[in-house]
Amino acid sequence: MSTETSAQGQPIASTHPAAVSVAGVSKVFAARKGADVTALEAVDLTIAPGEFVSLIGPSGCGKSTLLRLIADLDSPTSGSIEVFGKTARQARIDQAYGIAFQQAGLLPWRTVRANIELPLELHKVGKADRAARSSELLALVGLLDFADKYPDQLSGGMQQRVAIARSLAESPGLLLMDEPFGALDEMTRERMQTELVRICAETGAAVVFVTHSIPEAVFLSNRVVVMSPRPGRIRDVIAVDLGRAEGRDEGLREADSFFEAVVAVRESLHGEPAGASAVRGVDQR
Amino acid sequence: MKQSASMPRTILAPILLGVLAVALWQLAVVVLEIKPFVLPSPVSIATEFSSSVSSVWTASLVTGANALIGLLIGAIVGIIAAIIATVLPLTDELSAPLVAAASVIPIVALAPVFYTMFGADKETARQLVAALAVFIPVYLNTLRGLRQARPVHRDLMRAYGASAWQSTRAVTLPGAVPFLFIGLRIASSLAVISALIGEYFGGPIGGLGKSITSAAASSNYSLAYAYVLGAILLGLVFYVVTLGLEKLVSPHRASVSTP
Repeated sequence: MSTETSAQGQPIASTHPAAVSVAGVSKVFAARKGADVTALEAVDLTIAPGEFVSLIGPSGCGKSTLLRLIADLDSPTSGSIEVFGKTARQARIDQAYGIAFQQAGLLPWRTVRANIELPLELHKVGKADRAARSSELLALVGLLDFADKYPDQLSGGMQQRVAIARSLAESPGLLLMDEPFGALDEMTRERMQTELVRICAETGAAVVFVTHSIPEAVFLSNRVVVMSPRPGRIRDVIAVDLGRAEGRDEGLREADSFFEAVVAVRESLHGEPAGASAVRGVDQR
Repeated sequence: MKQSASMPRTILAPILLGVLAVALWQLAVVVLEIKPFVLPSPVSIATEFSSSVSSVWTASLVTGANALIGLLIGAIVGIIAAIIATVLPLTDELSAPLVAAASVIPIVALAPVFYTMFGADKETARQLVAALAVFIPVYLNTLRGLRQARPVHRDLMRAYGASAWQSTRAVTLPGAVPFLFIGLRIASSLAVISALIGEYFGGPIGGLGKSITSAAASSNYSLAYAYVLGAILLGLVFYVVTLGLEKLVSPHRASVSTP
């Protein structure tokens, strides 16, 4: 495993800095003729180590923008972002996070194994260590038999699993996921969600998960951040208490507590008062 | 991955059509009593081809060698130029009008000029004509491929904190390979055509182009067509070898458009 990278998989005790700390962040995209677009306005959000937080909201609410800012793929116009106590830029350079997008973004000329090893290769991890780590990850996502296949020989769900394995390659303490299951069919999607819950429990990584789907957000998360568009703001933070990640299985999707949380998120999304059953987040804006 | 079912059809149908066309041709020549200087019959061409196969072969080697040298030089220069233009956009801007001009003028038209420059007894002029013809498609397609990096890959490489050189090697260069081969496929046929046509404007004898003109000039029309047949086969060889090389290098990229 990589030795230079500092962030490790184990959840960091609560005395340590938050996994993600977003303070007063705004993002304005300059458009032509001065018609600037405010993608995010005065966003505050703190995510604890090991916590699973979903960002949900209609298109244009800035949820993907917020994730890209945390990943330092874009810079905020104002405000500050820290990842494990470091600036977002330093965190990116130190490989403090793993990232997965809606498109798997695998390199078609590399085998599944070589795709997973790509980040390790870029960071000069030795060949033997790379092979050991990729075998571990292939087993984790259930694709050991496909190690030597090429991406075009895999289904969409399998490709996405490879992308998730790749994002975990350096045992990051934080996973950033931008609608990773957005392009999958419902059946595959639910299976992937169950797998992601298991993987997160095993790795102990904190997750920021962007999604359009209310049930997906509720099923996966400890907290659901509901965002509203134009300008992108956090409208509500809804704590979902569905028990420990290990206990989440298909049965949960039919449990009352699941439906109650779904209702709470939906009402918040539609701008109505959240139901009494849902516990409001404390660090609401 | 869906051609296997219709395999016999996709191969048999064109062969059948070809055979039918040749038979019709033969029939037309015999029935209509077409003079050989207008159109020799396929049978007479085939007879002439098999009786003079060794001279067609030697002529093909001469023209083929010129085409191959031109193809290699043109491709290498084209690839290097495309890389330079990607790294230094200024060179691209400076050379854009030149490339546009070069892609418009018929390059074989430069052959007479090159014969006077390099001597009419040398093959250099022909090789240069082929190289120039090859350069354009290879350069343009490679350049396009190098600029084709997908946003998700760019984001990934940034997320990995990869250096410029690392992302060039991991993403940009391999991503440009399919585009390079599109250029090479066009260029492979162009190389043969250019090398052959270049012979019409002068230079030493021995190649396919010169053989066609001299056979036609001495009224040996079947022989002229036999050389034309040789030229077709040579062009096919160049194309098929390039295609095979492409399949060998990038077996998992059926087409450029697939992600």
